[in-house]
Amino acid sequence: MSTQEQQPPETEEEAEAEQAVETEPGAPAETPGERRRRERAERRTAERAPSTDEVEGPTVHLKVYRYDPEVEGKAEPRFDDFYVPREEGMTVLDALMYARDHYDSSLTFRHSCRQGVCGSDALFVNGTQMLGCQTQISDLDDPVRIEPLPHQDVVKDLVVDMEHFYERMHAVEPYFDPDDEPPGEMEEYRQSRENREKIKMATRCIWCGACASSCTIAATDEQYLGPAAINAAYRFAMDEREGDDRMEERMGIVEQEHGVWRCQTQFSCTQVCPKDIPLTEHIQELKREAVKQNLKFW
Amino acid sequence: MSEAYDRGKIEDYGRWREFSAGMWAWVLHKFTGWVLIGYLFTHIPVLSTAGTGEYEATLQTLEAIALVRVAEVGLLAVAVFHILNGVRLLFVDLGVGLEAQDKSFYASLIVTGAITVASVPTFMQGVF
Repeated sequence: MSTQEQQPPETEEEAEAEQAVETEPGAPAETPGERRRRERAERRTAERAPSTDEVEGPTVHLKVYRYDPEVEGKAEPRFDDFYVPREEGMTVLDALMYARDHYDSSLTFRHSCRQGVCGSDALFVNGTQMLGCQTQISDLDDPVRIEPLPHQDVVKDLVVDMEHFYERMHAVEPYFDPDDEPPGEMEEYRQSRENREKIKMATRCIWCGACASSCTIAATDEQYLGPAAINAAYRFAMDEREGDDRMEERMGIVEQEHGVWRCQTQFSCTQVCPKDIPLTEHIQELKREAVKQNLKFW
Repeated sequence: MSEAYDRGKIEDYGRWREFSAGMWAWVLHKFTGWVLIGYLFTHIPVLSTAGTGEYEATLQTLEAIALVRVAEVGLLAVAVFHILNGVRLLFVDLGVGLEAQDKSFYASLIVTGAITVASVPTFMQGVF
């Protein structure tokens, strides 16, 4: 409240300061606080200005999937058009946020870090799964069609239910379980550089679900582990420090009917992975590993 | 998941366009595989008559029909693609050249096309 009470004199001061800057260049410059306040006010008026429907300059045409089962009249899926001012370096997520902030505050989508780390804004853009924050608008054809990830339940607009994906991720027991303790107390579990290099790409998974959504097998076979879960299994199966018992158990899960053998090497997961994980390669390697374990003639 | 996947009429619009090289390779491999299986099964009733002269007579009648000749070219294309893509899949299973999987698919398509075209004069000899 106190700041609001001080408001009127501040604006007067600002006006005076501006006049001073304009009229006499030699006069004492405004204090940093005043400058900041003035800039903020200017920015606020600038933001308020384009509230009219017309946007000047080049725009991006977004066609966004809309669906809200809780509101009558929105329960039937449809596409909404948004014309967002095109900016240099604009990503799909930026465009969506602009549309939400300026046109329709009910537009719903997940996002958090905006830099491809949290994995919450995997979207189906122009027919391909990709991270909204990692995709430049300039790389896409106009209009940009944005849909929620296919093969998952839509909760609202672009938000899909990830529960099934998480279930499968947990199904492969993705945690480290070595047989023996490291030699000394408080000692680290050492890993060779070569081994680290081998599992490096597999550790990059951000659980965005793009791969599982692109996989035609996962789309038709609900029990199929899916690329991300198999990749998580690979990350631990290929870790030289992993304990033998856990390794065997995990291979048992992976080589089941709905495990690695369901993969038909269509490479769609590898193509859409925003972290460039060679998923198909990892699945194929686990297949070979499973064969090796089962064909022990010695 | 399949029943929950229904997103209304707009769901399946243009969905096949998102197919990539690996997906087409898979679809074509399945398709050619089924064609070859079907072709093999047609031999079961015919082979039992081998030696009686009926087999040869049947084949000669069939060979005389132009449409059968065309279908034979198609059969060759199907077999060649299935062989080449099968070799490609063997390499994929061995983890060799996974980065070039799309190129090898296109290559097998082109080679299939070349062999098919080259075979046309042989198959069509004396029909027209």
